[in-house]
This record gives sequence, C-alpha cells and structure tokens, in this order.
Amino acid sequence: MNVPLTPTNGGCRGAPVLKERGQREVFCGLTGIIWLHRKMQDAFFLVVGSRTCAHLLQSAAGVMIFAEPRFGTAILEESDLAGMADAHEELDREVARLLERRPDIRQLFLVGSCPSEVIKIDLARAAERLSKVHAPHVRVLNYSGSGIETTFTEGEDACLASMVPVLKDTTARELLLVGALPDVVEDQMLSLLGDMGIENIRLLPARRIDETTAVGSNTVFALTQPFLGETHAALERRGARHIAAPFPFGEEGTTAWLRAIASEFGVSAETFDKVTAAPRARARKAISQAAEVLRGKSIFFFPDSQLEIPLARFLTRECGMTAVEVGSPYIHDALHGPDLDLLPAGPQIAEGQDVEKQLDRALAARPDLTVCGLGLANPLEAKGITTKWAIELVFTPVHFYEQAGDLAGLFSRPVRRKQLLQLEAAE
Amino acid sequence: MKLTVWTYEGPPHVGAMRVATAMKGLHYVLHAPQGDTYADLLFTMIERRNHRPPVTYTTFQARDLGADTATLFKTSCHDAVDRFDPEAIIVGASCTAELIQDDPAGLAETMGLEIPVIPLELPSYSRKENFGADETFYQIVRHLAKPQERTDRVTCNILGPTALGFRARDDVEELTGLLSEMGIDVNVVAPLNARPSDIARIPAAHFNVLLVPEAGEAAARFLEREYKQPFTKTVPIGVGATRDFIAEVAAITGVSPKIDESRLRLPWWSRSVDSTYLTGKRVFIFGDGTHVAAHARIARDEMGFEVVGVGCYNREMARPIRALAKDYGVDALITDDYLEVEQAIEALSPEMILGTQMERHIGKRLGIPCAVISSPVHVQDFPARYSPQVGFEGANVIFDTLIHPLVMGLEEHLLTMFRDDFEFHDDAGASHHGGKAKPQPVDASGGSFSSKMKEEPHAGGDPQINDNVIWLSDAERELKKIPFFVRGKARRNTEAFALEKGLHEISLDTLYEAKAHYAR
Repeated sequence: MNVPLTPTNGGCRGAPVLKERGQREVFCGLTGIIWLHRKMQDAFFLVVGSRTCAHLLQSAAGVMIFAEPRFGTAILEESDLAGMADAHEELDREVARLLERRPDIRQLFLVGSCPSEVIKIDLARAAERLSKVHAPHVRVLNYSGSGIETTFTEGEDACLASMVPVLKDTTARELLLVGALPDVVEDQMLSLLGDMGIENIRLLPARRIDETTAVGSNTVFALTQPFLGETHAALERRGARHIAAPFPFGEEGTTAWLRAIASEFGVSAETFDKVTAAPRARARKAISQAAEVLRGKSIFFFPDSQLEIPLARFLTRECGMTAVEVGSPYIHDALHGPDLDLLPAGPQIAEGQDVEKQLDRALAARPDLTVCGLGLANPLEAKGITTKWAIELVFTPVHFYEQAGDLAGLFSRPVRRKQLLQLEAAE
Repeated sequence: MKLTVWTYEGPPHVGAMRVATAMKGLHYVLHAPQGDTYADLLFTMIERRNHRPPVTYTTFQARDLGADTATLFKTSCHDAVDRFDPEAIIVGASCTAELIQDDPAGLAETMGLEIPVIPLELPSYSRKENFGADETFYQIVRHLAKPQERTDRVTCNILGPTALGFRARDDVEELTGLLSEMGIDVNVVAPLNARPSDIARIPAAHFNVLLVPEAGEAAARFLEREYKQPFTKTVPIGVGATRDFIAEVAAITGVSPKIDESRLRLPWWSRSVDSTYLTGKRVFIFGDGTHVAAHARIARDEMGFEVVGVGCYNREMARPIRALAKDYGVDALITDDYLEVEQAIEALSPEMILGTQMERHIGKRLGIPCAVISSPVHVQDFPARYSPQVGFEGANVIFDTLIHPLVMGLEEHLLTMFRDDFEFHDDAGASHHGGKAKPQPVDASGGSFSSKMKEEPHAGGDPQINDNVIWLSDAERELKKIPFFVRGKARRNTEAFALEKGLHEISLDTLYEAKAHYAR
C-alpha cells in the first residue's frame, strides 16, 4: 500500500487563508433539494418560503421541474406575515393535502428559507407536531436551507444532520458512509469495499426510509463529500468516530480514501492491492488521456461547493495543472485537512468571498481555466477567460475510479473547445 | 400559503433586474441575502448576456441580522457607486430584506450621493415579476424625465422592452423600421439599451409606442398625464394588428401611412392551397395577456384556426383577456397554477397549443403539438437569428412558427394512405426528424403486429376491454386503420360516446356514430 506522498514543498495545510467578506455569488442551501430528492426516493422536500425560493428551485432544476418532482414551495403570502398562529394552521393544511395526494411519501422535510427564518416560523415544532399527526406512515423532519445560513451544498449537510438524531441506536461495529452519491457510483463504492471483506456497511442517506441505518459508539464513518461539517459533528455527538481521509476524486484520492477505511478494518496490503490494482490502472489510463490538454495549465477556483480543495488536489497532482487561487465558501480543518496536506504549496487559499475583488484577481492572473458559477461564466468568457461552470461537478458522477477519466474530461473539454474554435476573422 | 412547483413569474425584484439589466449606466443595489444572486444566471445563461447584470447584492447572512444590516447596505451602496460609476442607481429590497425593515430607500437618500437615487417599493408577498418591471420603469421615468421642447420632426419613444423579454431585441428593430417607413424617427427606446440620460429626453417625443404593456404601461400613462404624450393601444403583432397600429399612429400624428408590404408573406402563405388543412385546427392559447390577445386574432383571422380556449397568468391582464374570450365565445382561464392549465388543455383536447415553456412540456406529455408564443421561455427562444414577433417580418416568423409543429398536410395524407408500407408503419413516428424507422416485426402469416405491441401492452387479447366497454373485433380492426397519431383520441372519444349512450359494446357502427358525433 503505497501512501500518497505529501508534496516536497510542504502542502497547503498551514498556508495563510485569505478570509474575505462581501458580496457572494453563490446558491443557497435550497439547491441541494434538487439532487437529494432524486436520491431519497420516498422523501418530499417542502420549502416554506417566498416566490423567490420557488423561482430559484425552478431556475436551478431546469427541465426536472416537469417530471413530477418530489419537492415544492409553500409560498408565504401577505396574510401569513400578519399572524403567526395562522402560519402553522396553513402549514398543517398544505401538508395534509400534499400527503393525501402523494401517499407514496414516507419522509417529509420541512425546509426553512430566509423568509421563514427571519420571521421565525418554528418549523422544528411544526415537524414534531406533524410527525405525531401522520405517524407512523410518515416521518416529518426539518432543516434550514436558507441563504442566510447555508451555501449551496451545505443544504445537503443540513438535511443529513437533521436525520442523525433520529437514527436508531446500535452497538454493532459498522461502517457508515455519508453523502449522497449517484446510484451507479454508490454501487461501485460498495462493491470495492465488499471485495475487501468489509461488511456491515450502512449509507446515509439511504435510498428509502426503511433502510435507514443505525449509529452508536462502535460506528466508524467516512465522508464521501467534503461539505458535511454539521453531519460530521452530529455523528460525533452520537459517539461515532470519523475516518479522516482525502476525498475520493481521481485515482490517488480514491485509493487514499479506500486505504484509510481498509486500515481501520485491518484489510491486508495484499487484499487491498488485489482489489484496487485493475481499477487503479484503468483510472490512471483514462485520466492521462483526458488530461493531456490540462498539463502545465493554470486554474482558478471561485467558491461554490466546498469541492474546490479536493478537486484542486486532483487537478494539480494527477493532471499536471497549477493552482492560482483555490476559493471555498468554508474550510473545515477536520474535513479538508487531508486534501490540503496533499495540495502542493503555492496557490492562494481563500475562504468566503468578495466577488468584485476576486474577479479583479482572476482577471489580473488570467488563468488558463476558471471554475465558477453560471452567473460569472459567460461574462468571463466574453473577456477571453476560459471557464468551467462549477455546478456540473455536483450533478455529474465524478467520484471513484471509474469516473476519474470523466472528471478530468469535465475540465479538459472547455480547454479543447477553445483550441478547436476558429471564429476570429482571417487577418 | 400556497403550494407551488412551477411559477410563471418570478418575484418582483427580478422584474426590477430586468429593467436594470436592459439599461446602461444604471445600477441596482439590492438588499438581499446570500443566494439571491441565482437570478444573475437567467441573464447570463438564458439570454446569453456577455456581462454580469448591473446588480450589487448586500448578501447579508444570519450573523449580520443581530448586528447592523443597515450599515451593510450603506457600505454596499457606496462600493457600487465607486466601482461602477453609474449615472443613477435604483435601490430596493428582496423578499427577505422586506421583512427586516431596513428601508433601503430612506438609507440611500441620507447618503448624500451626487447621482439620482431611485427608491423602489416592491411588495414581494403580493405582487410578481411583471409588476416589478412595470413599477421600476415607471419610477425611473418619474424621477429622471425632464420637461423638453418637442423635436422638430415627428418622433416617438418605444416603451416597455426589457432584458429577458420575449423577442424584445428583434421587435425593437422591426418596429423602428416600420416607423421609419412612415417617416417617424425613434427618439428613445426604453428601458432596453437606454441610459438614464436618455430617459431624461423621453418627453421630447410627440407620442409613445407602448410595445410591452406588461412592463411599460404605468410609465406610458404617467407620460400621457404629465407630458401630454398620447400612447398607442395596439401592439402590432400579426398582420391585422400591424395595419391597425399603422392607422393608429397615422391618426395620432397626421402622417399618411405609406407602407411597403412587399415583404409580407403571411397572407399569401395562408391563402395558398397548402394551408387548407389548417382550417379549423383547434388551438388553445395561454401566456402573458399581450401575446395571448395578439395570437388569438392571428389564429382565428389569419391562420383559420378555431380558438377553443384562451387564458393568461398575469392578473394585470385579466380584464382584457376575459373580454377577448367573450368575443371568441370561449371561457377565459386566468390562473398562475400550471396544473389548472393542464386540466383545461386535457378537457378541451385541442390539436395545437400556443403557450409558454410550460405549455410546451404539457403538450409533450399529452402528445399535442405546441408553439411557444410568450414568456417564460428557455434558452432556445432567445435565438441567434433575426426573429421578431411585431410587424410584417414578425407575421412571417409567426406563420412559420405556428405550422412547424403540425404534421404537414400532405404528410398526413401519405401517412394514412401508406399506413402499412414498410417505411410508414406505426413505429416509424410522425416526423422525419430524429427516430429512424425500425423494421417491422413480422408474424408467420406475414401480417403486422407492431401496432398491437404499441397499443395494447395491457390487453389480455381481443376483444379489448376498457372500463366496462368492450371493443368488438370489427370495430377494433377499423380503429387500427386510423393513423396512429390520432388513434388514441379516436379511441377515447368513441369510449366516451359509448359510455354516454349507456353502451357496453363498441361495434363498427358505434365507432362511426361517434365519429359523426364529434365531427365539426
């Protein structure tokens, strides 16, 4: 088991972090609903918010909005703002109507928004009350996806953290894998761990409520996503222990992540190599093909999903890129530390955002590739800066060995396109 | 509270953004929480703008709430003015900021900025996007328009086109050309591409053309009151409306309408025998009030369709749409609930839908062709090519748009005649686009059972049973002879007819009695 070497120049864990406050160009946590509702097949996400919230979900979900999605917004109207008791009655009525229409729903999430948080509608109490009314068929939980509290992927964190306190107790030694992944990726992960002889694996979130898992002081858990800080804390409060590891992006990240779990469960080096050798070779080959155009190019990350640090690690170490700035909405040492250790020193690590100043820095650095949100991508392209829009990295299967080539491909495509297009007038 | 999945309109501050983004030299300082910047991507992605919308968000977070969001607003305001150097700013609150009561207007006014500060009051919990655009544009005009001498030549302003407006870019160009042929110059187009200094010049024009009532009516009424500028009431979408518009402008200005109709092709295209099959096609029309009204007239008078239903999602236009529906002898559907629209479409089962992005998806689901005539629309309806809706070229564009989703007449006949032909069998699909014809599976007798496979995955065998109605085998065979793209409808109609008559069996006679019953 060859351990990934920290870079000779010392990595980024101790690097000074540029902390900025100002205008942020990010999604709020409500956006997490769009992938969470696909993953949790018997859950409905009911946002209590304004027309803005509904419009956001519609804009972010695109055509998915027409596929009878299991989410919706209870839009607050003027009358709801007048008296609070009223709001609870209204909510009870809307929930009853919804559950009547969709009897397949087993778990209902009341999702707080900025308006509901500001006027302090007590959704936690509403969830408790509604849980009693609709028990045992439906479990009602609550979390906040408001912009004032959560940034983009933190919505998933808040949702999963809200589930931790209601997980069953167990004393069994179990491995809990945390983070919503596309089914195909989840199956690959389970098969790799299964082949190493690791059993008693549970998932959070599970695909259905009936499979919901237990947690206790003998549980160890690994995170598949870097934005699960609150869930991490909630699981530790239940006595579970975190297996720190780099995140499973690229061949090296996947191997390091698997190895951390393998060591925890005493898997022999021989078994580990036997299980991982073939997929590692495949991943290396796929990456090297896709990453040909990335070698020697510079990259700049605007903050978006907290995936930035592990992705920068993958792109610099496995695709030969140089990071100029790695911005993340939040940096959490217990979660991001292992990846920061491996990220070669040099880039500016930034937490938070003042978008105007950050744009000034990006334009001055003129990176070969800039990872940013859709509000910034076209305006930057118009200034001659090649961009990779970041949201796709959350929606597309990118984790583990078999997706490593696709992951590199997501970054190489805009660079290749720039080389292909001959649109300037002939001189 | 109202449970919603799809919304036809965004919140009112998005309407204000549409005005701000349309203009140049104007900046919008929006008191809003982190996350509200999502609206930027409507402009950068759907409209493919190559710049960020001129909006500064204060991006307050939970930890700011206990402290001083008012100071945060002032700082953002100062920074925005320093960085972007606008000629004027508009300031307002999004839905959340409306609740924390910082009063952006009052705060901005006390800052002593040297440029005009235009405060916006947009009630987020009772109004929507179109109101936001209309109110914002009105406030801008009210604050910035200056008394002027009228221009020597006859000039007008074009009012209402905004960013994210359905075909606004090309409508302005087409309309400018039309007015120019009449000898009328355009003084200011606003808000699209206007600067605050241009808004000041609006009163110099002799009259106003109200191109987009949804976003320009309040300003037009103000200018009529304050500066005695009459405004046009006809939106020139369609041939008849364009001619009426020309007459209206002639009456306002006294110019004699000299109009070159040599490029107008809709009337001949519509009269040509190729178009005969369009006669009486039953259409359902839904969208914003202005486009629905225009398209109802086009559909009935210029295409020869039968209008079976009209409606709009913007309550501001409810009255004119109700009046229009009465005129057409149909019910008006005023709703912003797409499920109600879907229900209405299902009940009316039209042959074509003219609507928004949403109706396009409803149509897809119900297997009904649809053409998009109104916002909200997706990226494909901000096309690269020239495609106005107004004026004579607009009429040409609309003719093409309305007939493309329909199976062409000759194609329809050929498909019926050669139904059992190897290229035109049931699995070949209605269109030559996409899906390649699959070879037909052939049974031992040499006959085809492809239609069976498609139609009756659930049937236990002949005769087919559905809701206590039995199809006798001769009727079932005859049903198969009906082209597959109308067969489902024929089956439903016949079954409904049988149920109505209390019949439990459908014979060949029942099938044809039903056909006669539903014939027009």
